[in-house]
Amino acid sequence: MHETGAITASSLDLVFQTNDGPVHALSNVDLDVAPGEFVSFIGPSGCGKTTLLRVIADLEQPTGGTISVNGMTPGEARLKRAYGYVFQAAGLYPWRTIEKNVRLPLEVMGYPARERAERVARVLELVGLGDFGRMFPWQLSGGMQQRASIARALAFDADLLLMDEPFGALDEIVRDHMNEQLLALHARTGKTVCFVTHSIPEAVYLSTKIVVMSPRPGRIIDVIESTLPAKRPLDIRESAAFLELASRVREGLRAGHSYDE
Amino acid sequence: MRTVLSIGTICIAFVAIWYVGAVFLNAKWERDQAARAGVEIGWAEIVPATMSQERPVLPAPHQVAIEIWKTTVEKRVTSKRSLVYHGWITLSATLLGFVMGVGLGILLAVGIVHNRAMDLSAMPWVISSQTIPILAIAPMIIVVLYNIGISGLIAKASISAYLSFFPVAVGMVKGLRAPDDMQLDLMRTYNASAWQVFWKLRWPSSLPYLFASLKVAIAIALVGAIIGELPTGSQGGFGARMLNGSYYGQVLIIWSALFGAAICAALMVGAIGLAQRAVLGRTGQMR
Repeated sequence: MHETGAITASSLDLVFQTNDGPVHALSNVDLDVAPGEFVSFIGPSGCGKTTLLRVIADLEQPTGGTISVNGMTPGEARLKRAYGYVFQAAGLYPWRTIEKNVRLPLEVMGYPARERAERVARVLELVGLGDFGRMFPWQLSGGMQQRASIARALAFDADLLLMDEPFGALDEIVRDHMNEQLLALHARTGKTVCFVTHSIPEAVYLSTKIVVMSPRPGRIIDVIESTLPAKRPLDIRESAAFLELASRVREGLRAGHSYDE
Repeated sequence: MRTVLSIGTICIAFVAIWYVGAVFLNAKWERDQAARAGVEIGWAEIVPATMSQERPVLPAPHQVAIEIWKTTVEKRVTSKRSLVYHGWITLSATLLGFVMGVGLGILLAVGIVHNRAMDLSAMPWVISSQTIPILAIAPMIIVVLYNIGISGLIAKASISAYLSFFPVAVGMVKGLRAPDDMQLDLMRTYNASAWQVFWKLRWPSSLPYLFASLKVAIAIALVGAIIGELPTGSQGGFGARMLNGSYYGQVLIIWSALFGAAICAALMVGAIGLAQRAVLGRTGQMR
């Protein structure tokens, strides 16, 4: 294994040129993520959390600073298929069954047919969709679709999982359930997870490290190491340690928020 | 049941209006005949007479039905008086032209979506090609093709292709661009090749658009084949039937050819609808 972290960024800058002039999406971002960490990026909309995730995924190019993913540039990491990306919407292909949706990356990456079937079965089991492989996306609920999209990102066993508000569109109860399952998944697989959210309880509940961000320009204003134990039942959210972390996140968000409305 | 009822009602209304039209349009001839013979006739004589004229202005529905029956069921399909014989001549040109047009349309759309130069330059040509009246350009196409040694089936089919590539090209450009940014980003995270993006994402996304375009394309391919039969003095086909009918004042021949063409078009559009259901129905892509 590399001595380097899973993700290392220093003085990262990204300026979008728009018709209304330049927009400073990321400003002077320093970040260190060790392998196996679960890092949440939290902040109001426009704080650059999604942009940062997209820079890690080589879907956006930074205009300044350096960033490495698994010791490589994001571009090299993408070419080596070093990460799985889960988008805000499940984005399953309607013409493919759940099974075949999960198989998509394996087909693209040229896995042999036998191994494909094994992997698909394994990850569908992992997200609790073992019995739904033959169904089409429209036959599944939103939560199940999102789980299928997570299975799709897990199918090729990348060390790094990038998740962009994957549960944003789900209702509270389904969301709690998904959070629990995601934690279990993280414990079982030991993958590095970068998780974008705008929910404080979600960030605190899931993360080993919480990165608080603020808009205009998008920047990091606080990095909080979680004091919670690795094993987290849902009711840990009523514990003193949890509430303390949550209030520290909230303070960070309040301090960084420019109330210019 | 309700659909059967409503379709039936519309059909009956249509036929009734047609009969009324036939009576009024054909009545003049009956009156002229009577005047020439110096007889007085009333509606009681006129109405039945208008339904059985040999050269009516507008033939009655049952006359057309009988003509179609005589020229299909009661004639051998190899006979030059058989509507099936002529129908097949037109249909073969239609289908060949349809296949050519669809192929051309898809190729154009793929080029427009993947090549920036084509994106900027091709579409105005595609659109202007359809602003030229096909009736004017068809004889020229036939003559030009004849001079380079292409005639008959291929020449007619090329006019069908000329018409039918258009809806396919326009629909497929839209269809191949249907995938949203997120779906394209997903393929990018897999480091997928352009070829894979095309076959695994763009092509399947475009199928609903393709089927919608095909229904338009097959119908105008038939129109193209018929128009292609008009200027050649061709020996067969619905177009030749219509032209002959109008030369010799055989209105019934024109109408039966017209109905033959309409029935063919309906069957082909129906066949594409079935194919669409088979391909897209299962996956919930048909609303």
